[in-house]
Amino acid sequence: MSGELEGLLVILCLNTIYAYGVFLPAASGQLNLGAAGFITLGAYCSAFVNSELDGLGVSAWMSIPIAVLFTAAVSFLIAFPILRTRGVYMVLATFAFAEVVAGLIINLEFLGAAQGMPVDAHMPFYGLAIVTLLVALFCHYLMATRCGLAMRAIHDDESVATLFGANVRMIRVWAFATGGALMGLGGALYGHHFNYVEAQNFNILLSIYILLYVLLGGTQTAWGPVVGALFFTFVPELFRYLGRETGEKWLEDGRFVAFGLIIVIMMVIRPEGVVTRTLLERITGGRRRQPASPAAAE
Amino acid sequence: MDVLLQQVVNGLMLGGVYVMVAVAFTLVIGMLNFLNFTIPALFMVAAVMMWAAMAGGFGADIDAVLDDVLGAPNKWIAGVIIALVVVSLASLVIERFTYRYMKAKYGDATEHALPLVSSLGFLIAFEHLVIGRWGSDPLTIDSPFGNASFHLGAVQFSIPQVISLALSLAIVFGLSLMLRKTRLGRAVRSIAERPDTATLMGVDVGRIVPVVYVIAGLLCAIAGILFTINYTTVDAYIGDKVATVAIAGMVLGGLGNVWGAIVGGLFVGLLEVLSIHFFGASIVKVPIWGMLLLILVMRPTGLFGHTAIGKGKF
Repeated sequence: MSGELEGLLVILCLNTIYAYGVFLPAASGQLNLGAAGFITLGAYCSAFVNSELDGLGVSAWMSIPIAVLFTAAVSFLIAFPILRTRGVYMVLATFAFAEVVAGLIINLEFLGAAQGMPVDAHMPFYGLAIVTLLVALFCHYLMATRCGLAMRAIHDDESVATLFGANVRMIRVWAFATGGALMGLGGALYGHHFNYVEAQNFNILLSIYILLYVLLGGTQTAWGPVVGALFFTFVPELFRYLGRETGEKWLEDGRFVAFGLIIVIMMVIRPEGVVTRTLLERITGGRRRQPASPAAAE
Repeated sequence: MDVLLQQVVNGLMLGGVYVMVAVAFTLVIGMLNFLNFTIPALFMVAAVMMWAAMAGGFGADIDAVLDDVLGAPNKWIAGVIIALVVVSLASLVIERFTYRYMKAKYGDATEHALPLVSSLGFLIAFEHLVIGRWGSDPLTIDSPFGNASFHLGAVQFSIPQVISLALSLAIVFGLSLMLRKTRLGRAVRSIAERPDTATLMGVDVGRIVPVVYVIAGLLCAIAGILFTINYTTVDAYIGDKVATVAIAGMVLGGLGNVWGAIVGGLFVGLLEVLSIHFFGASIVKVPIWGMLLLILVMRPTGLFGHTAIGKGKF
C-alpha cells in the first residue's frame, strides 16, 4: 500500500470516528458544532497520560481508555446545561464550548501551551482501522436497539416520543455523552497515530467539517456518517488527482470551492442527507413491512 | 488610568465592527430562525475586496485603470464599491440556496440543519475562492488615512476609527428606524412573527426575504470594509476569527433584538480588548466564549430579550 493512500485511509478512519461522535446526538435531533472541543479533550488527555517526559508515562493500552472515560465524563456533565438549549441555541452552545476548551488548553503550561505536546506510543494504521470498524459496528448495533428507535423517534417528534414512553431527557443526555466519548476516542487515536497533538489543529473548521459529514451523509441511518466521511475525505483528493493528471491547475486549486458548492447542491437534491431509510429499503430490495397508511411512508 | 481609558476607547472602536456583524446575524435569525454562517464569509469577502482594490490584488491591468480613474490615494473608493456590489450579488445567490429550500418542511432538527449546512458550504467555498486567488497568508495595506488622530486628554482617538464607529452606529440606528417606520420594516416584522400569516396579509415573502439578505450582507460588508481600513491586515480566515465573535455579542443582546445586538457588540469589543490588556492575547477566547456559554445556559433570551426565538422582535 502506497504511503499516500495509507495517509488518506488514516484520515478516513479518524473522520469516520469523529463523524459517529456527532452522529449519535444528531440522530436524536441535536446539532453538535463543538466536535473540536471533545477531540481536543481526548487527544490531550491521552497525550498527558501517555507522555513519559511531561505526563504520567502510562502505556497506550491504558491511556486511550482513560481518555475515552475522561471525555465521556466531561460530556456527561456538560450535557445537562447544554441540553437545556435547543435548535440554534444548541449549535451556539456547543460551538462556544469548543472555543472555551481551545482557549483553556493553549494557556495550560503543563500541556505544552501553544507548542502542543508529544505522544510516545505509536498506533499503526491497522489498529486504527480495527477500532474504526468496531465503532461503526457499535453504532449500527445501537441504532437497531430500542434505544436507537427512541433516538429516531425523538429526532422525528419529541412530544410524540414522550407520549410513547421514551425518557427523552435521559436518551438525549446519553446520546450526547456517548458521542462525546467517541470523539474523545478519535482524538486519542489521532494523538497516538501522529505522535503529536496541537490545539490549533482542532479548530472551528474541523467542527464545521464534522457536522457537515454527518448532515450530508444523513442522520437517519448509521450509514450516513461513513458515507459523509468517505465523501469529504475522497472528493477533494479526487479533484487534486484529476488536476494533476490532466494538468489543469484550477481543478487542484479550486477543489475546495467546488467542494463547497457540491455541498450546497447536495442539500438541494437530498435535504435529508445522502443515505436515508427509504434509500436503504430500496437498495435492500423493497420494504419488508408495508406501512400502515400511505401517510406513514416517507 | 490613562492606559486603561485608552483600552476602553479601543474596545469600543472594535465593538463598532462587531455591532454591524451582530446586527446582520440578528436580522436573519430573528426573521427566519436561521444561523447564517455565510455572514463571516461575506465579512471576509468584503474585507479582502477592499484590500485587493487598494493593494493592486486584482492584477496590474485593473490596478492601472483604478490609478487612472481615481488616482492612487483614492483607490479605497473603488474598494468600497466593489465590495458592496460583490457582497450584494453573493447575498442573492446565498438566499436562493438557503432560504428558498428551507420553506419545504422536513423533520424537526433538519428543518434548521438544511440552510445551516448550505451556509457552511458557502463559507467553505468563499474562503477557498479567496485562498485560491490570494493565498492564506496575511494581506496588509497602508492605511489610506495614515495615522490621522486627535487627543482628548491623554487618550488618543484615531480619526478613521471614530468615523467608523459613528458610521456603524448611524447605519444601525437607521436600520432600526426602518424596521419600525417603513412598509418594508413592517413586512419584515410580520414575517418574523409568522410567515404564513404574513403571506395571508399580503406580504410578498418571496420578495422581502432577498431584500433582508442583501441588507444583512451589506451590513457585514461595511463592517469588513471598516475593518480593513482600521486594522490594515486581513486574511482568508478573518471571517472565522472576527465575525464569529459577533455571535457572542448577538446572543448577549438576545437573538433577533437589534438594540441588544448594539449593546452586545460594543460589550464584546470591550471585553476582548480589556481581557487582552489584563490577561494577554492567548486567553482572549475564554472570557468571550465562556460568557456566551453561560448566557446560553442561564438566560438564553439574552440580557434584554424576553420573547421566544422567531416570535416578533426588532
